[in-house]
Amino acid sequence: MKPSTLIYAAFALAMPFCPIFLNAYWTDVFNNVGLYAILALSLNVILGHAGLFHMGHAAFYAIGAYTTAIINTSYGIPVLWTMPLAGILAGIFALIVARPIIHLRGDYLLIVTIGIVEIVRIALINNVFDITGGANGIFGISRPTIFGYRISKPDQFFYLIWGFAAISIFLLLRLEHSRFGRALMYIKEDEVAAGGSGINVAQHKLTAFVIGAVWAGMCGTIYASKMTIIAPESFSFAESVILFTIVILGGSGSIPGVILGAFLLVGLPEVFRGLAEYRMLVFGAAMVLMMIFRNQGLLPPGPKNYDITSLLPAGGRK
Amino acid sequence: MTLLSIDNLSKSFGGLMAVNEVSFDVEAGSIVGLIGPNGAGKTTVFNLITGNYQPNTGTALFDGQNLVGLPTHTIVERGIARTFQTIRLFQNMSVLENVLAGGHCRMHAGALAAMLRTPTQRREEQESLRLAMAELEFVGLSNEWQNKAKNLSYGNQRLLEIARALASKPKLIVLDEPAGGMNDQETQDLIRLIRCIQDRGITVLLIEHDMGLVMRVCSSLVVLEHGAKIASGTPAEIQANPRVIEAYLGVDSE
Repeated sequence: MKPSTLIYAAFALAMPFCPIFLNAYWTDVFNNVGLYAILALSLNVILGHAGLFHMGHAAFYAIGAYTTAIINTSYGIPVLWTMPLAGILAGIFALIVARPIIHLRGDYLLIVTIGIVEIVRIALINNVFDITGGANGIFGISRPTIFGYRISKPDQFFYLIWGFAAISIFLLLRLEHSRFGRALMYIKEDEVAAGGSGINVAQHKLTAFVIGAVWAGMCGTIYASKMTIIAPESFSFAESVILFTIVILGGSGSIPGVILGAFLLVGLPEVFRGLAEYRMLVFGAAMVLMMIFRNQGLLPPGPKNYDITSLLPAGGRK
Repeated sequence: MTLLSIDNLSKSFGGLMAVNEVSFDVEAGSIVGLIGPNGAGKTTVFNLITGNYQPNTGTALFDGQNLVGLPTHTIVERGIARTFQTIRLFQNMSVLENVLAGGHCRMHAGALAAMLRTPTQRREEQESLRLAMAELEFVGLSNEWQNKAKNLSYGNQRLLEIARALASKPKLIVLDEPAGGMNDQETQDLIRLIRCIQDRGITVLLIEHDMGLVMRVCSSLVVLEHGAKIASGTPAEIQANPRVIEAYLGVDSE
C-alpha cells in the first residue's frame, strides 16, 4: 500500500472521533471546514477538473440556502427534505446562466462569473419577488432532524456535515475515475484536441457547471439549517474567492488536495487568532510564496490507476 | 464507392483565399494523399473536413451526408478521426488515457452512471480499456501505456495520435503530416502501419511532405497550390505532370 493511502485511511478513521476530543468551539471550526470542504469539492469539478475559471460559486450556494430557508419558513417542510430541491434549483440556475457563457475562456469567464455572484447578492438584498427578506435575510429556519433525532449542537452537526462530505468524496471520486471525469480532464488539457477526439466540449463543461451547482445548492441547505438565519452577506464575492483559493492552493483536480486546502484556509486563521490582524497578512504572504514555488498546489492530482493487468500481452508487463 | 466527396469547397481568411473551389473524391478503402507546397491550403482543407473551420461555400459529403456546419465531435462520431500537424496530445496524461479519449464517443455512460457505478458503466469502462490497449498494441506502444505522453519520443507521439484517432473506430482517418519529424526507420514503420490501417478497412487521407512515403503508399493524389487544386491522379501521373513540377520546382525563366 502506498504511504498516501495509509494517511488517507488514518484521516478517515480519526475524523469520527474528533468531537470527543474537541470542545464546542473547535468542533464548530471543524464544521465550518467541512462546509467549505464540500463547497470546494463541488467547485473542484468545475475549476479543478474542467479547468473553468469560475469565481462565482457562492451564487449557487446562495440559491440552495435561500430555497431551503424560504420553503422551510413559509411552508414548514423539514429542512433536509428541501435538500434535493435546493440542489435542483441551483442546478437549473447554473444551466441558465452558464449556457450563454460556456464558450468563454480563462479570465473572460472569470469576470462574468464574478458578475453572476454579485447579481445574485444584490438581487437578494433588493428582496426579489418579495421572498428573500432583503438585507436582513431570512431567520427562524428550523434545525434538521434525522429519523426524529434533532440536530442542534456542534458535535451533532459535525456528523451531519462530515457525513455529507464523506458521501460527496465517495461519489466525486467515482466521477473523477470515469468517462465523464476523463472528458473534463481532456478539455482542461487541450480543448481543440478534446473536440478532435470526439468529446462534446460545450456539453461537458455545462454538465460540470450543473453538477458543481447541485452540490453547492445541497450544501446551502445544511448551511441554512446550521445558522438558522441567512443573509445576502454570507454569499459575497469574498466567499467565492475563498473557495477558489482553496481549490487552487490545495491542488486543483485533487480531492485530497481540496480537503487539505479547506483545513488550511478555514482552520489555520483560527489557529493564528493570536496574531490578530496580522494573520491575514501572514496568510496572503504564504499564498504568494505558494504560487511561486508550488503553483500546481499542495497536493496535485497523481496519476490514475487503471486495472489492465489482464489486458497486457505477455512480456509487455512493466 | 465514394466515401468522402469534397465539392467546391472555399475558405477565405480576410482577403486571403486559403482554399479556392477545391473538389475531390476519396474512394472507400483507398489511401489518398493531399500534397502541395507550403501554404497551399492543405491543412485548411483538413480543418474544413473535420469541422475546425466552417467553409464559405461548398459541401463535404461523407457517406452521403453533408458535414458542413456540424461540430467537430459530431464529425468524429460520424466516423472521421484526425491527427494534428503540430502534435496535440494531452501532454500531462498517460499514454493509455490519451487513447481512451478516442474511445469516448463510442461510450454512453454519463455522470450519474459514473457516480452510481452501474454494471453497464463498469462493463463499458473495461471494454474501452481493452480497446485502448489493443490500439496501443497495434501502433506498437503498449509497453509505454503508463508513461506521460510528453515523455515519448517525437515519432512515438505521432504514433500515439494515430492510436487515439483509431480508438474512435473511424471509417476515414485523416493524417496531417504523420511522418513529420520521423527518422528513416520510423518512416518505414509508418508506411507499414498505414497499410495495416488500410487492411482494417479504414480509408486514409493524408498530408505529407515526404514524397518517398507519398509515392509508395498512396493510391491517388490531389495537388494543391495557392488554395486551388492543380492536379489529381495516380502517383505516376502526378510525377509526370508538368504543372506539378512547376509548382514544386518553379520554371526556368529563360
